[in-house]
Amino acid sequence: MLFQPINKNYHEFHIDRDKDLCINCEVCVRQCSYGSHYWDEVRGKVMHDNSKCVGCHRCEALCPTAALHIRKKPSEYRGGASWRPVFMENIYKQADTGGVLLAGMGSPVDIPVYWDRMLLDASQVTNPSIDPLREPMELKTFLGAKPSKLEIETGKDGKPKLKTKLTPQLELNYPIMFSAMSFGSINFNLHRAMARAASELGIYYNTGEGGLHKSLYKYGQNTIVQVASGRFGVHKDYLQAGAGIEIKVGQGAKPGIGGHLPGEKINDMVSETRMVPIGSDAISPAPHHDIYSIEDLLQLIFALKEASEYKAPVSVKIAAVHNVAAIASGIVRAGADIVTIDGMRGGTGAAPAMTRDNVGIPLELALASVDQRLRDEGIRNQASIVAAGGIRCSADAIKAIALGADAVYIATGALIAVGCTLCGRCYTGKCPWGIATNDPKLAKRQNPDIAAKKMTNLVRAWGHEIEEMLGGMGLNSIESLRGNRDKLRAVGLSDTEMDILGVKHAGR
Amino acid sequence: MKRVYPDKEFCIGCHLCEVACITAHSESKDVVIAYTQERREKGITSCKKVFEKGHTCVAVSCRHCDEPACVAACISGGLHKDPKTGRTVYDREKCVGCWSCLMACPYGAIKRHPVENKIIKCDLCQDREEGPACVAACPNLALKFEER
Repeated sequence: MLFQPINKNYHEFHIDRDKDLCINCEVCVRQCSYGSHYWDEVRGKVMHDNSKCVGCHRCEALCPTAALHIRKKPSEYRGGASWRPVFMENIYKQADTGGVLLAGMGSPVDIPVYWDRMLLDASQVTNPSIDPLREPMELKTFLGAKPSKLEIETGKDGKPKLKTKLTPQLELNYPIMFSAMSFGSINFNLHRAMARAASELGIYYNTGEGGLHKSLYKYGQNTIVQVASGRFGVHKDYLQAGAGIEIKVGQGAKPGIGGHLPGEKINDMVSETRMVPIGSDAISPAPHHDIYSIEDLLQLIFALKEASEYKAPVSVKIAAVHNVAAIASGIVRAGADIVTIDGMRGGTGAAPAMTRDNVGIPLELALASVDQRLRDEGIRNQASIVAAGGIRCSADAIKAIALGADAVYIATGALIAVGCTLCGRCYTGKCPWGIATNDPKLAKRQNPDIAAKKMTNLVRAWGHEIEEMLGGMGLNSIESLRGNRDKLRAVGLSDTEMDILGVKHAGR
Repeated sequence: MKRVYPDKEFCIGCHLCEVACITAHSESKDVVIAYTQERREKGITSCKKVFEKGHTCVAVSCRHCDEPACVAACISGGLHKDPKTGRTVYDREKCVGCWSCLMACPYGAIKRHPVENKIIKCDLCQDREEGPACVAACPNLALKFEER
């Protein structure tokens, strides 16, 4: 393009405008926060600049005449198996900017998705399947440490009474929770919607590391409050506001590095909640500066238990990395009630692209090896396992439970439910769907009434599907499937992969 | 009575309500023909107008007030309050195009017809079974048709 850097033409998307259908109503112009569509005074009609399009499909979704289609730009480099276009375009960008490549949402790289390589069992002839519409089906899940044995005594009224003192538990109506997305990375409307949806469903949502706005304390019974390395918004009231506390050590999308919420996203409400000045960058360090060993982690776990008067179970969230099983064992021995494993396909508001796409291991392998290790060491009952990062549907969730998870976290799925199209530009703060932005004009595109309803619908739908699949296997309770890898079979996996996953090949 | 209530907290300023209004009040009922041809040739205009100031937007149309200033100001009997439905009804035949109602309306909810000596005013889509078109078109529930 004239007067532009020469590689501006190497853009990703192409806007197709059907001339017969476009009525020049300018809805697309108003919706695009990247300025791809504009009113051309000279031509007297709506025009567009393909190079600005991020592929979010907002214009396409709101166009009243369906005149718009967003396509991948058909231009093709000679490239090859090694020099794929993405690497070339990255180099062009970096040659211009000299900066680190940023990325948003989960990794798009082609690493194996083991969910797609595992199949579920069903009952035939020798054991009856169950119809969840006619018979009771239990999805209720309790997260927290379970005692090694139960002691019963006779009460004063002559009835049996539980003698063993149970540690605090999180009670879930569905084995699904909304994963940590901080207030700041997503806006208040969505935090409100998540809180409302979690309350309605009888599950939990995680505040993420940005604290909890005072007006949402009333949803505390369905809230897990997070403590991360930046300690944003962490104080006594906050720790006591939630039903559970989570120490975030790592995130699947960016293991080993911290977080960076740009100053543009810090408005007055975020500032008040995070306890940082308006407009200043909120930087979470890579490590917790008070955790350099399992012993240090133990101290923090018990400091938080003290602060919450031992009423809230404490979860420790780690990214799935090479020695995840040994690390998880240490975490359980340090006193965590819940271990959360975040796989490398998990989402993020901003991460260096190289880290997101090359660091960590897939959730399925990490989950299976953690569950196995804790069982081998006889400490599996001391903590629940929550699987996070890349759960795309109820089948993924049920497979995760069969692999050993007690519950799953969903975040990307919840955002897709409210409109996200995975354009991956969350770090710009200009999210046209009003999700990863605190710009008041964009944030109001998320009406909490609609968003809460959609998130509620999603979890209810998955719940029905899980019941259906459980019934098909002849099980009437999610407890019967937990860690029951005999209900899984692999297709097309190597012996090593099947060994780690603890599943047999289909046909065996 | 049921009225259309705008919610400025969640109006995103997309103007789809205006497109819907034009389509609903067109002859063709086809969005492309209504918005291009009929708008150009017959001066068909949206009864709704989206006002924007800073981050705030709000879609305004006739409020069908309990004591409408426009009815009081009308010199020809072209506007009256329907005692049964509660709606402020516009009689196009009686209207003489004096614009007294425009001056009187405190909400700026009445517009001049661009080509005829008449006015444009919301009729709550009285012939549309599903209710007002603008409400159905709003993608963010920022327009509600309800009793309050």
